[in-house]
Amino acid sequence: MTTKSLFQPRFRALRALAFGLSIGFAAPVFADNLPDIQRLIRQGQHAQALEKVDQYLASRPKDAQGRFLKGLILTEMNRPADAIGVFTKLSEDYPELPEPYNNLAVLYAQQKQYDKARTALEMAIRTHPSYAIAYENLGDVYAKLASQAYDKALQLDGANATTQNKLALIRDLISTSGKGNVRPPAPTPAPTPVAAAIAPQPKPAAPAPTATVVATTPAASSPAPVVSEPRPAPAQPAPVQDSARDDVAKAIAAWARAWSRKDMKGYFAAYTSDFTSGKGGRKAWEEERQQRIGDRSGNISVTYDEPRITIDGDRATARFRQHYKAPGLNSSSNKTLVFVRTGGKWLIKEENAR
Amino acid sequence: MQKLKLVLPALLGLAVVVAMVFFFQGEEEPDTAAAAPASQTGELPVWPVRADTGSEPTGLPPTLGDAGPESQLARIFREIEGRNLGNALQLTESLLQQYPNYRLAHLIKGDLLLARARPLQGFGALNGLPAEQVNDLRAEALKRLQAYREKPPADYVPRYLLQMRPDQRYAVVVDTERSRLYVYENDLSSGRPRFVADYYVTQGKLGADKFVEGDKKTPIGVYHVTADLSRQKLPDLYGNGAFPINYPNEWDRRQGRGGSGIWLHGTPSDTFARPPLASDGCVVLTNQDLEAIRENLQVGLTPVIISNSVDWLSLDDWARERDELNRSIENWRADWESRDIKRYLSHYSREFKAGGQDYSQFAAQKQQVNAGKEWIKLELKNLSVFRNPGKEEVVVVTFDQDYRSNNLNNRMKKRQYWLREGGQWKIIYEGAA
Repeated sequence: MTTKSLFQPRFRALRALAFGLSIGFAAPVFADNLPDIQRLIRQGQHAQALEKVDQYLASRPKDAQGRFLKGLILTEMNRPADAIGVFTKLSEDYPELPEPYNNLAVLYAQQKQYDKARTALEMAIRTHPSYAIAYENLGDVYAKLASQAYDKALQLDGANATTQNKLALIRDLISTSGKGNVRPPAPTPAPTPVAAAIAPQPKPAAPAPTATVVATTPAASSPAPVVSEPRPAPAQPAPVQDSARDDVAKAIAAWARAWSRKDMKGYFAAYTSDFTSGKGGRKAWEEERQQRIGDRSGNISVTYDEPRITIDGDRATARFRQHYKAPGLNSSSNKTLVFVRTGGKWLIKEENAR
Repeated sequence: MQKLKLVLPALLGLAVVVAMVFFFQGEEEPDTAAAAPASQTGELPVWPVRADTGSEPTGLPPTLGDAGPESQLARIFREIEGRNLGNALQLTESLLQQYPNYRLAHLIKGDLLLARARPLQGFGALNGLPAEQVNDLRAEALKRLQAYREKPPADYVPRYLLQMRPDQRYAVVVDTERSRLYVYENDLSSGRPRFVADYYVTQGKLGADKFVEGDKKTPIGVYHVTADLSRQKLPDLYGNGAFPINYPNEWDRRQGRGGSGIWLHGTPSDTFARPPLASDGCVVLTNQDLEAIRENLQVGLTPVIISNSVDWLSLDDWARERDELNRSIENWRADWESRDIKRYLSHYSREFKAGGQDYSQFAAQKQQVNAGKEWIKLELKNLSVFRNPGKEEVVVVTFDQDYRSNNLNNRMKKRQYWLREGGQWKIIYEGAA
């Protein structure tokens, strides 16, 4: 609505600004201040943090990171109107950043202004179609709006509808570098695209895709919980396998994308926490990959041919031809990734190239 | 004379069936006395369409009742059928902007929002919703969609409106099975009723054909509005106003029908519309529709004819029926004037009953009166002829009677009920109106 109309005409002009911002992050000149403020926030010293951030912004009034932190601090200090002001202004100045929209939505949702929350989240997703937290929040907001609509339709007592999931506030302004919170692409266009898009990863114990969707997006208002979906019987493993295969395919896509973008956080997140290349420990491996990927100059492109995926319980093997391009090095190789499912996610446990 | 009820044109039928799949998933219609049997079988009766052309009815006047939400609902369901849920949601939200209290639209909105979190499963899809209310809203949607898809054809008229008196500007015809109210204009230039608009209505909780007080049914018959009650004088339940009708009429009383307080009225402020079966027997319109018909209603004059399933006649059949009745009435008048008591009494049924007299008492009295007559002059003015809905062939004839004779002059407004007996129209009741 208002955000939408403000946003549209400025989009092109501000793309450059947002880019400048991401460069700014990496520069060490701010490092002495922002981490301090973040530390104060973590320690719950919000008044002090606010003071610091105001100082910080005095010399750089346009600084996105500083303003973002200020919005966070105000949120923590339970000053929603002020926080909304900060995030609104930030989203107007940097409409390409999804985080201010997301946090605006969280604040609106706290005030039960779900329509505004929905608009803000839809903006966040429009700017960053792969923004997982925004999707999850939006799912909750849709469910909340649905239950409000049902209340109005059927004159239900909306009072019992307060058991709503708290939306997730985003604490880091990181989307500019594409790190974290990145959601794998949906493998196939489902008849209800959004429904497919916001489906979370299946839980390891209950590998029933439809059931998890319902269970994790409670449509809060109804007196009876919405969990009565029949789960597929164990005798029919096919759909479960299919969904697991999709999830593994998504994990491969996310891994290749993080690699291509030099998104080290996302790249490392694709591996199990104990993954090593065999030489030295995890730390040594991370350092080596940091050098080879994160610190490499020029563009990296990692693509691959259709993988062959086999699922065996919580273990999956993916074989595919990988095409790697970087300045001075083009190579194609056969790759095998062994995934294990941990906490609902498929993570790379072994990586072999031939 | 044939009653025309043809089968749906194939394409139209398909569209209806597709919509029904959405509505009927999982659940059954509530089993009430008046639930339209047609909806339950999934096969909807349709307006009579000329068999020779097979084409869709055309040439309807431009005023037809598209003012309500029907066209928007139809678009929304088309988008849902086409899986364009985003469009459907947008349309639903704009519908809600127009009618913020529209519960049906809120329910659809809930379904469409829920569909963003999981696949759309049908109407009122969230588990644990009160089934009765969801069924009510589903029933409303079906009635409205049906009305939208099946408009009365232009060259057919409700059988009941055989003749209106010149100052009766409009007539109201209610079809309880379709939950629909039709407004017809008395088009004096063509001498026939002209369709103006139609509206969704609510009837009694237990349907139509009222018999006793408290049976929560809407009466079937020929009535007229008797008052115009403004909003200020009424509780909120009646919405923007009310028009009482004269139930029970002479015919109802004769058949032992009871109860009272049957009104056309508006909708309470907390909702845009009420379910198809919800009143205690009144015919309920949305407030905006009540406002729309308000200026068409003349107290004491405008006929309100309630049928459980309106019969439609082609103009030819309608004209034939009307001529036949006019001829019978004229013969009755002329035979009374002729003072030939046998011919005069031949117009009365043996079942005649009125003013405490049965046929023989009535005949004896007439014979006695007739003996003193040297001449009779009888004029009928402002004649109206309305067919009574129902299985029996009954028409309600009302006129201003100007009676003059050698020993008595009398003017009165008279109402007669004529019954078709053995191919002849016979008077079965008459009295002052």
